[in-house]
Formats: sequence, C-alpha cells, structure tokens
Amino acid sequence: MIGQTRIVEVRQRILKQNDVAARALRETFQSAGVRVISLVSSPGAGKTAFLERLLRTLRSSYRVAALVGDLATDNDARRLARAEVPVKQITTGTVCHLEAEMIRAALADWNLSELDYLFIENVGNLVCPATFDLGEDQRLVLFSVTEGEDKPLKYPTIFNTSDLAVITKIDLAFAVEFDAVAARRNIQAVRPGMQVVEVSAKTGAGMEQFLPHIHAKNQGSDIPSQSA
Amino acid sequence: MHELSIALSILDLAAEELDRQGGGRVHAIHVRIGSLSGVVATALRSAFELAREGSGHEQAELKIEELPLMTRCDRCGAERTQLLPELPACAECGNPMVAILQGRELEIVALEIDS
Repeated sequence: MIGQTRIVEVRQRILKQNDVAARALRETFQSAGVRVISLVSSPGAGKTAFLERLLRTLRSSYRVAALVGDLATDNDARRLARAEVPVKQITTGTVCHLEAEMIRAALADWNLSELDYLFIENVGNLVCPATFDLGEDQRLVLFSVTEGEDKPLKYPTIFNTSDLAVITKIDLAFAVEFDAVAARRNIQAVRPGMQVVEVSAKTGAGMEQFLPHIHAKNQGSDIPSQSA
Repeated sequence: MHELSIALSILDLAAEELDRQGGGRVHAIHVRIGSLSGVVATALRSAFELAREGSGHEQAELKIEELPLMTRCDRCGAERTQLLPELPACAECGNPMVAILQGRELEIVALEIDS
C-alpha cells in the first residue's frame, strides 16, 4: 500500500516547556501583586552582596523576600538571611541556570500575596540564563569593574534580554583603572537605550540612584526585553 | 544550549498536529528560525536527532529555513538585511534604534504527513 504524503500548514510558535511554565508564573505573580526582579551576572560579580544590601534597605518599608540559585551549598541563602527577610536556596545540582519550574516548586509553600518584592538571584552565568524566562517583571544584569569594559560586547544576548545594567564594585574602579565611559558605550552598542547604574554594595555608593529603577515599571528603553 | 528543549517541543507540537489531522506518520517538520532567535540551526539539527529517538517519530526529518535579520531605521526608514545576529545601527543615518522586521522567528510552519 503506497502512502501519500501531504503537507499541512501549521504556523505555530515553538515554545519551550520553560516558556509555558514562565507564562504561568508571570500570571501567578501578577495575581498576587508581587513585583519580581531577577539578577544575573558572571560568578563573583557581587550579586549576593548587592542583594543583601538591597534587602536590608527595602525591608523597613516593603515586604521583601529572595530566592537564590547555586549548583551547590546554601552559602548565599545564609548570607541573604542575615538581612532578616524570607530567603530560600535552590540548589540545582548540575544545572547551570534557574528554570521556571524550579521557581514554581520553590515558591509552592509561600504566600506570594504577602510580598511586595521577590528577588531571584540566578546561578552565576552570563550565558544560559538569557534564554530561560523565570516569569520576572524585571531582569538586572550585573558586571563588576574588574571584569572589563567589553563585557557587554562579549555577552550580547544576556544584555539584550535584561532590563537594567548594574556596574558593581565601583569602590574598586580607581584601583583597576575602570573606564566607565567605555563600559557605558559598550552597553549602548549592544542594547541602545539601556539604563545603567553604578553601585558599590560595600560602601553603599549608587544605591539611592538605583532604587527608583525597581519601583517603576520598565523605564527608559522601549525595546521589549523578554518575549511573553 | 537549550536546543534539545526546543527539539522536544517541536516533536510535541508535531504529535499534537498529527492527532488533529487524524493520525499517520510524520515524514518531515518544517521550521523557520530567525537569526536573532537565539537558536543555532546546526545545534538544533543535532538535538533533533537525539530528541526523536524513542519518540515514536524516529523517521521524522527536520527541515530548517533560516531567516536573516531584517531591520528598519526608526528615524530615516532605511531597511537592512544581514545574516549576523547583531543589532546594527542604521547604516544610512547612524541611529541605533532600529525596528526588527524579521529575525526573531522560532516557529513550525508545516508538517509533511504520510497517511
């Protein structure tokens, strides 16, 4: 029996399972009225130090909490817990990025409507997190003055899928002869219109200028940062 | 890096459509990938070969149409087509804000079904 081959038109977006899960998370967050902000960076850029400072600053006026992802240890969760806010560690084992399903599972026993802000610190990695939507409202990409002004040029995808660039450890800028103008120019080259703040978690410099960026809905750039 | 996840999704979508079409065998799946989609065609091909093993669709071929990046300048309207997955400033007037006309696609466009 000779079969016939026929062509059927489909025209459908291919969504990864993660995209489906992220969509559901986004709806959950919106219903609960919690603003979710994720942080990505290379390992060692200072996400945890920055987030600890941020949590301490916000906790007196807002109900804040954090999730932090690492391959191993709960060291970061312990550090963040010093800020005396709810914190949970997600250990991924060998997975180099957080995924929406991990977030969903970690939040299963939390009442999100009791939170104003939820921060998600991703695994230190500037590559893979770019393509895994976590349902967040805003994504911050951090890189430190010790990483080189051309960092944005080397990792365009993560900058293209983030909303705000945070240059960290500026207290070291002089010592490493960091060229902030070049760094900002490189950020604009890969993501025109991206807003940039410079901070030091250690000294607190720049934190006041940073805060308004997380309160309002995406400011500045009109370029959509994440696909829905 | 995530091409395997995409390959698995492609097979899922093909299986669903096959059901809607009343069964048969998937001979080929046609997909379009834009150069800004973040998906690399060669990686997707390798991932698809892995993904189809044990899926019940071991005979399915993946046919990939790669779409170049097409942009239009917000200021002067100049259009540009290129293969490199970078967002260029307008070549005519230097304006960095360009609209993306094509390049983000990641979609199944057709199935070839053997009845």
